[in-house]
Amino acid sequence: MNKTYRAGVRPYSELGYWDPSHSPADTDVLCCFRVTPQPGVSPAEAASAVAAESSMGTWTVVWSDLLTNLERYRARCYYLDPVPGQPDQYYAFIAYPLDLFEEGSLPNLASSIVGNVFGFKAVRALRLQDMRIPVAYVKTFQGPPHGVQVERDMLNKYGRPLLGCTIKPKLGLSAKNYGRLVYEALAGGLDFTKDDENINSQPFMRWRDRFAFVMEAVAKAEAETGEAKGHYLNVTAPTMEEIYERCETAKAMGSRIIMLDFLTVGFAAHASLARWCRKNGMLLHLHRAMHAVIDRQKNHGIHWRVLPKWARLVGGDHLHNGTVVGKLESDRVSTIAINDLLREDFVPADPSRGIFFDQHWASLPGIFPVASGGIHVWHMPDLVTIFGDDAVLQFGGGTLGHPWGNRAGATANRVALEAVVQARNEGRDIVAEGRQILEDAARWSPELRAAMDTWREVRFEFQAVDTLDVAQTGDD
Amino acid sequence: MYTETFSYLPPMTDEQIGKQIAYILRNGWIPAIEFTDRPGPGDHFWTLWKLPLFEATTVDEVMAEVRACREAHPDCFIKIVSYDSRRQGQMLGFIVHRPVQAGLVPA
Repeated sequence: MNKTYRAGVRPYSELGYWDPSHSPADTDVLCCFRVTPQPGVSPAEAASAVAAESSMGTWTVVWSDLLTNLERYRARCYYLDPVPGQPDQYYAFIAYPLDLFEEGSLPNLASSIVGNVFGFKAVRALRLQDMRIPVAYVKTFQGPPHGVQVERDMLNKYGRPLLGCTIKPKLGLSAKNYGRLVYEALAGGLDFTKDDENINSQPFMRWRDRFAFVMEAVAKAEAETGEAKGHYLNVTAPTMEEIYERCETAKAMGSRIIMLDFLTVGFAAHASLARWCRKNGMLLHLHRAMHAVIDRQKNHGIHWRVLPKWARLVGGDHLHNGTVVGKLESDRVSTIAINDLLREDFVPADPSRGIFFDQHWASLPGIFPVASGGIHVWHMPDLVTIFGDDAVLQFGGGTLGHPWGNRAGATANRVALEAVVQARNEGRDIVAEGRQILEDAARWSPELRAAMDTWREVRFEFQAVDTLDVAQTGDD
Repeated sequence: MYTETFSYLPPMTDEQIGKQIAYILRNGWIPAIEFTDRPGPGDHFWTLWKLPLFEATTVDEVMAEVRACREAHPDCFIKIVSYDSRRQGQMLGFIVHRPVQAGLVPA
């Protein structure tokens, strides 16, 4: 062999990590990063450093480099594109050979690609904008325990979005009073109620007491209405052993669905629970506390659209996404594109929607996006238009804040939803005629009338922080 | 007793039912009619009224079957459902008849 070991530090871009002639393989993991190089560092060198540090490189040449096939394992930056309107930032497209990753392991994928490199000195800031997960890798993951269509079959609910409500106040209620709120909301016409993310097992309400009263409420509401109901029992707990104990109890008490905060428990815990749910016929609702820490800044971190992709790989049946119209941050175009990433089997690259790569899901089931936060009956025409049928619309304050209580609040939401869906199916323009559709329904629904009078078009109109910087040219 | 989509709206007139059937046909879904005298959250399989209406292309064809089913089973709940063969699953479903004497009709 005519390899020579030459010790020393050389620019990453001269070590094969920058290769504009490279054409990625169908089996490569592709990433688009937004790179902000340190002053004095060329874009190619900064992007090469990212490719090197997130694959097999380190800061200096080492003799043992010669014992392996660098050509085979090296990640390569194959394309650079300036970020429109941001002179110091570049989109760097990097291809990672599939052999760099353990099959079915999100912790491995994340440790590699969003690992050390984010603290690297050559870059002032770094953001993972999008990731193409190749079909070969998709097929090593379980995916959602059930998916949209199976959940609909289990619940016998078709042709409309599902309705939920997060129980409030989120902390401080006793288990019995909490169960009362669940019962009223479900009996009034909602499909689901929900534990909030920080309801686990506190001194004012221990988890087993909550589970018992909640399941009594679910059973009573089902018997009264004749419809399937569910409450997302939050099984998020300090250890996996305790998570499993709560899951088994939820199952034994007859719950159809449990809830997990998938980022705070960690990716391996999430994966274990997704498998438990598939095995036990339990629906899995994923909350996303902590996501904004990771995804809100435009130049650093991980764009939210990557986290739903990861969640779909590992598996959930519901996942919170933005509402566009409510109290929480979300850009409209980007949010709708992410709904597609959660539900469709194929999503084409479209930089104007923030999607940099084609994504094939290879028949992995779809996830219900959940719209939650500051929404009420007046938003219903917009929500049905934005989300379509395969979504869960969650009204917390918009149910519990009804002047007659949350049974009436639930009925108001269900009536508004069904009136809007009926009008849409009849071919009416539900956004333009939204007000009239709701007013007509309110003539025979006093619950809806009272809700409409309470929230006379409360709006939350602030510019989103994380808006799209549309690339001139995308890349597949 | 609430079951299926639109169960919180007032019972639909045949004209309104026709518009929903038109929506099903416009989407390329296959309409079907099912009935039962004991609906409930655990019952996924109501009795099929004939086979799904694979060849129906007009609202009138589907409404004729609805009327025939109502005549044959006046004391049952009857619903229209629809199937999307591409998605391999059921789509919109809604009640088109309730047993009048059973006292189960919501106000």
